Amino acid sequence: MTDYDVIVVGGGPAGSMAAEAAAKQGARTIMLEKDRDIGYPVRCGEGVGAFGLKKFIEPDPAWIATTISKVRMRSPDNTLIDFGMDDAGFILHRRLFDYALANQASQAGVEIQTRAYVDGLIIEDDCVRGVKYQYMGEHKQLTAKLVIAADGVESRVGRMAGLRTATKLKDMDSGYQATVGNIDVDQEMIDFYVGSNWAPGGYLWIFPKGNGMANIGLGINGIYAKEHSAHDMLHGFLDKYFPKASVLTSVCGGIPIAKTLKKITSNGLMLTGDAARMVNPVTGGGIITGMVGGQIAGDVAGLAIQSGDYSEKAFDGYPKRWHKAEGKTHEAFYRIGEGIAQITDDQLNKIAHRLVKTPSENLSLLKIFTAVAREKPKILLDVTRAFAGI
Amino acid sequence: MILVKDNRCDFCGTCVAVCPVDAIELREADISIIHDTCIDCDICIWVCPIDVLSSDVKEEVEHD
Ligand SMILES: Cc1cc2nc3c(=O)[nH]c(=O)nc-3n(C[C@H](O)[C@H](O)[C@H](O)COP(=O)(O)OP(=O)(O)OC[C@H]3O[C@@H](n4cnc5c(N)ncnc54)[C@H](O)[C@@H]3O)c2cc1C
Ligand code: SF4
Ligand code: SF4
Repeated sequence: MTDYDVIVVGGGPAGSMAAEAAAKQGARTIMLEKDRDIGYPVRCGEGVGAFGLKKFIEPDPAWIATTISKVRMRSPDNTLIDFGMDDAGFILHRRLFDYALANQASQAGVEIQTRAYVDGLIIEDDCVRGVKYQYMGEHKQLTAKLVIAADGVESRVGRMAGLRTATKLKDMDSGYQATVGNIDVDQEMIDFYVGSNWAPGGYLWIFPKGNGMANIGLGINGIYAKEHSAHDMLHGFLDKYFPKASVLTSVCGGIPIAKTLKKITSNGLMLTGDAARMVNPVTGGGIITGMVGGQIAGDVAGLAIQSGDYSEKAFDGYPKRWHKAEGKTHEAFYRIGEGIAQITDDQLNKIAHRLVKTPSENLSLLKIFTAVAREKPKILLDVTRAFAGI
Repeated sequence: MILVKDNRCDFCGTCVAVCPVDAIELREADISIIHDTCIDCDICIWVCPIDVLSSDVKEEVEHD
């Protein structure tokens, strides 16, 4: 008899969804989180689409900071492209949101242990059968029929089982964000800066958080990070545009803009969320997609427990369902990202000058990507694929 | 050898994610480089958003 049926490593959105889905299938499930708190520190811009979110949890004003209806994109020469969003967006209080997801999991029967740092796997007969961890200075271990690794960008648990999770420098954005107070920004608008001034190979975002606060952050593509520091660039931006802003929180973090790993399962182990590289490679959004992946992994885990087969083969449904749900779209986005990476500031300005003539009610993200594809025709097919969700 | 500046790391794990040989150990608030495993590829230095890491090898090469 094992201690648990399922051990989930990592208490982020992907981990909570996986644990909840497994427990709902009747699996005895525990989730281990290395930090003292679920949901903290928040290394995230906290932006999500309302439609995607509502599939998993009822929006609660307690963890919604602002509701977004407008988007602004700025080219390097500061040409403004404004448009409305088809689907409303939310800027979350992730500290509370991650809590709510973990609470939802615990209500489904999941046990949760914080301060539990997983530093090894129990592997028998080429199959993962539990974890070794440290809890407040003590070495402990737990056995299980299978383990789900939702350990975020670091993704070390997968490596412990021999999966290749190391991400190439070009597939990683180096990010830095400050939550600032005392600034005057439109509380219904998200504002993006593209180009080499503020975010070479990535973008800078301003996401309003209510009461004169906002998350202002940027991601620099890894290949440019050799010359540029995300911290220095963000502070340069704040000094220039918001010299009176006070920094309430500042965090750094990596955004894996890779394709999902080729192999996200092995005997007794599934990877999910950032750990499996499930972030949208163009937007860098990984909250909802991590939840999508986590839920599928948890569901497949529950079914495996019922069938008594925990081999890699028994998890076949997981990569397949993920690929259908998001993975395929992400591959199209990845290729779009590769195309965008070659676009110069001059080209971005040119695209913006063209778009600015279009009335904003006729603009949408699809229109913008289509305009980009005029400069880089080879991404046109993928733009169509990505937006059709195929 | 990769050097870690004291009291600067934010423990975000970005360096861990790109390290090709899993030579970085990271707890809630503790980072260390496993020097025997490290191959001095330097990509952790570049990707770190707040410039915590540096290399002593680099300096020597530049002085050559
Ligand atoms: C600067 C920045 C801005 C972002 N902005 C957005 C945004 O606006 N919208 C969006 O959708 N996405 C955004 N993302 C991406 C988003 O934050 C992630 O995709 C999302 O958090 C992934 O969820 P997860 O559950 O996979 O991982 P995480 O939320 O990272 O959770 C992983 C958890 O595992 C724990 N853990 C790690 N190792 C171990 C271990 N060995 N033992 C036990 N526990 C462990 C960690 O402490 C952590 O709590 C941003 C990312 C960054 C860095
Ligand atoms: S990338 Fe930098 S801040 Fe993040 S864990 Fe590594 S050394 Fe620390
Ligand atoms: S220099 Fe390369 S091998 Fe050494 S710790 Fe950094 S990323 Fe890993």
